[in-house]
Amino acid sequence: MKLKTIALAATLVATGAAQAQLSDNIVRVGVLTDLSGAYSDIAGKGTVVATQMAIADFIAKEKPAFKVEMVSADHQNKGDVAANKAREWFEREKVDVVSELVTTSVALAVQKIAKEKNKIALISGAASTRITNEDCNDVTVHWTYDTYSVANGTAKAVTKAGGKKWFFLTADYAFGHSLEKDASEVIKANGGEVLGAVRHPFPGSDFSSFLLKAQSSGAQIIGLANAGADTINSIKQAAEFGVTPKQQLAGLLMFVSDVHSLGLKTTQGMYLTEGFYWNLNEETRAWSKRFFEQQKRMPTMVQAGQYSSVMHYLKAVKAIGSDDTQKVMAQMKKTPVNDFFAKNGSIRADGRMVHDMYLLQVKKPAESTTPWDYYNVVATIPAADAFQPLSGSKCALVKQ
Amino acid sequence: MELLGIPAKALFGQLLLGLINGSFYAVLSLGLAVIFGLLNIINFSHGALYMVGAFGALLGLNYLGMNYWVALVLVPLAVGLLGILIERTMLKHLYKLDHLYGLLLTFGLALIAEGVFRYYFGVSGESYPAPEALQGGVDLGFMYLPLYRGWVVVASLLVCGATWYLIERTSLGATLRAATERPELVQALGINVPLMVTLTYGGGVALAAFAGVLAAPVLQVNPVMGSNLIIVVFAVVVIGGMGSIAGSIVTGLGLGVVEGLTKVVYPEASAVVIFVIMIVVLLFRPAGLFGKQA
Amino acid sequence: MNTSFSRWGWLALLALGCIAPFVLYPTFLMKVLCFALFASAFNLLLGYAGLLSFGHAAFFGGAAYVCAALSKNYGLTPELAILAGGVFAAVVGLGFGALSIRRSGIYMTMITLALAQLVFFLAVQLPFTGGEDGLQGLPRGRLFGLIDLTDNIAMYFFVFTVFCLGFWLIHRTIHSPFGQVLKAIRENEPRAISLGYDVARYKLLAFVLSAAITGVAGGMKALVFQLASLTDVHWHMSGQVVLMTLLGGLGTIFGPAVGALVIVSLENELADKVGPWVTVIMGVIFVVCVLAFRRGIVGELLALRGRRPGTPQQTAEKTP
Repeated sequence: MKLKTIALAATLVATGAAQAQLSDNIVRVGVLTDLSGAYSDIAGKGTVVATQMAIADFIAKEKPAFKVEMVSADHQNKGDVAANKAREWFEREKVDVVSELVTTSVALAVQKIAKEKNKIALISGAASTRITNEDCNDVTVHWTYDTYSVANGTAKAVTKAGGKKWFFLTADYAFGHSLEKDASEVIKANGGEVLGAVRHPFPGSDFSSFLLKAQSSGAQIIGLANAGADTINSIKQAAEFGVTPKQQLAGLLMFVSDVHSLGLKTTQGMYLTEGFYWNLNEETRAWSKRFFEQQKRMPTMVQAGQYSSVMHYLKAVKAIGSDDTQKVMAQMKKTPVNDFFAKNGSIRADGRMVHDMYLLQVKKPAESTTPWDYYNVVATIPAADAFQPLSGSKCALVKQ
Repeated sequence: MELLGIPAKALFGQLLLGLINGSFYAVLSLGLAVIFGLLNIINFSHGALYMVGAFGALLGLNYLGMNYWVALVLVPLAVGLLGILIERTMLKHLYKLDHLYGLLLTFGLALIAEGVFRYYFGVSGESYPAPEALQGGVDLGFMYLPLYRGWVVVASLLVCGATWYLIERTSLGATLRAATERPELVQALGINVPLMVTLTYGGGVALAAFAGVLAAPVLQVNPVMGSNLIIVVFAVVVIGGMGSIAGSIVTGLGLGVVEGLTKVVYPEASAVVIFVIMIVVLLFRPAGLFGKQA
Repeated sequence: MNTSFSRWGWLALLALGCIAPFVLYPTFLMKVLCFALFASAFNLLLGYAGLLSFGHAAFFGGAAYVCAALSKNYGLTPELAILAGGVFAAVVGLGFGALSIRRSGIYMTMITLALAQLVFFLAVQLPFTGGEDGLQGLPRGRLFGLIDLTDNIAMYFFVFTVFCLGFWLIHRTIHSPFGQVLKAIRENEPRAISLGYDVARYKLLAFVLSAAITGVAGGMKALVFQLASLTDVHWHMSGQVVLMTLLGGLGTIFGPAVGALVIVSLENELADKVGPWVTVIMGVIFVVCVLAFRRGIVGELLALRGRRPGTPQQTAEKTP
């Protein structure tokens, strides 16, 4: 019993000390991303740049009473590296919010650490709907997109356009499974059929045997339930092995950086769904031009979403004058999101930030007039339709 | 038509892919078998040198405009020289010691190589285009075979065959084998044994780099491509019998085919089937399938 | 082994261990302790019995998963979960040992590696391990159902206690008749056989003991970080522990712990600042150690003080 008292006393001292420093007039934003691996182009350094832009703009425009600092680290797509770094940031460096978190296994791990340490997790890059369903908690905001919203857009469009028989090439981890599942449901709901799936290790390199399986399945459409470098390699090797153009590829999660790597010749005509496109309107073009000046690449939706989420957070902190987690979360959920990234955006009870998504089709090489001018906007999917309805949610926070 | 409950078309396709992978294994493990079989060095840096070979081709193309065919000859030579340097400066001090130290040294070298390349190239790496002459493919009926992959099989078999012939059937090879079994005696006969050792190590390393150049158009050239392969390659050499050149060639090809079969039946196990085989073989034939009893 | 490491020396170390968490970041210290125990257990097999296993990650990570699953899904208290992890590792160690000690040298090492890869495969495929995600959000639980280990200081003292127990066990083993026979086997196996020792049984026992303590270290680490993942069973982990032991000093009692401290500190401090250069630095350490620093930090220190540590270098100078 004595040990318990000592432990209790130690805990009180520790948290007491922490409380005094939480309001030490500095807000610290942590950016935990993949700086060198399969997702470094989609997220990576660009998200660090986006965060720096957000902080600089916030200080310039809002002139807050407090200071804002940023720390960043590479999680190498490993859940344990990310969890340890997040823990260290929260315990030792008084970081108030951890953000970006591309790669689902990273996001899921860090979400839990954030809840335990009563800090906020702003997720931009990770995809799985599990973040706002089975694994939801009240300190997490899932900002930019998720597997449901991209599958809903792309799979629906392709199935309706005549691609009824599907076969999946899936990255064998939570994200891939999630994407496959969400896409399958959309396909079946629109009169299509899923003939089968093959799982490849994440990250993969040689997809030849998996593509061969897809080829022999007789499907019209091969759904790529993977992302980043995996998607790029799958598409390249599919061309190498004569899988295309006999069968069509559907990149269920693709980014403008992927199209840039592959080139319009290879990707023309492909449908994809994104949450942001730099060339949508004057506002997006203006912001993206500033981003381009620093990164020399146009922003992906993850990078734009990172700016948007950090800005929203900082504004919430200023509005209530505190960085207390629960209070800031309440303020963020109360405030609508309307910036260059999101129109009609709001954060739901399950942590999901819903906003308009865009169904896009890759232009033919002849149609593209400027660098990075890759998409035709086929449709705008309004926020209410784009994301999984709350009625179907598995999140404990959602009152059914 | 169905065999084993699987459509024959799919089966043959996977087997052919397996054969292609097997050729890689064969060439890679060839270099390792040469180094261990003849020099008793456990070269854990083999995977890293394979990776360096692939990067050599990539960098050669990007900075020197070196085309694939030139790279296929020059890069192994260059990396082989690097191997000779390693042997002369570091490995030769360890011959008198337990094998453990050779293993640890080369493991350390592999870490260095991997770290340096990771710094400059990240983990996803870059792509390297197949040479013009080998682009496109041929429809074999049961599958569409990219020409380049077919070339891989041909090139690997040629190189394996040539190396085997050199070591097992020429007088140079005979001298080499004698030098490893009875170094003092051979030295006494006037042959420069340390030089032969050095050149052999360089040759084994060059084989690894050759495999790297071969692999560059197939896989993304990335810094971890070697460490992903190295333990599989070791398994191949161990199964084949660590002293046997022919053993590692046959085992490498065989493993590729077995992996291909596994991918049809139980794909997730394809990465581990080699190790199951290794354990079984080592329990019943301790020196490996073709190994000489120690 | 310097038997003159006095009572005061031990007490000083104990005191240091008790003050440390109030000075340095406790989670970092706990990581060091877990790896120090891991490396010390590994050293039992390599430094004292002369057997190089490249598959210890299977014990470390396997026990981590078992401990994680038991504490998360069955609400087992931490000490029981860790114990279960250790028992699991011991059983796996029995299996590994039985299969690998029939062979010697590189063949033995390769078998341990292959077996560890099998364990890795199981960790990826089995549903309960969570595949790529691993087992996350593990509860630290209440020690003996009483003491809440969520607090870092409380957890630290638990880890420190277990470490001391494990270390003491290793120390006792090395200085027992059993330990002497192990050293004899390492130095000259044929002679040990001719003296009538059942060498296989001794090797197997060393294997099981090494595996069990490694498993305890693995289970502890899982609870400290509340996460068990594929990194723990990957062969790189096996390579790391070899590095720690080599750097610290093979065949010395404190060597592996010192090696663990250095490596974990390096990784911690440098990972953010230099990224992939950490791997390069590790590689350079390996190379330097093998070429010029074979006795490791502790070994060199002992040599400076004029004692003779027993390392494989001296034994290996005989022909294999």
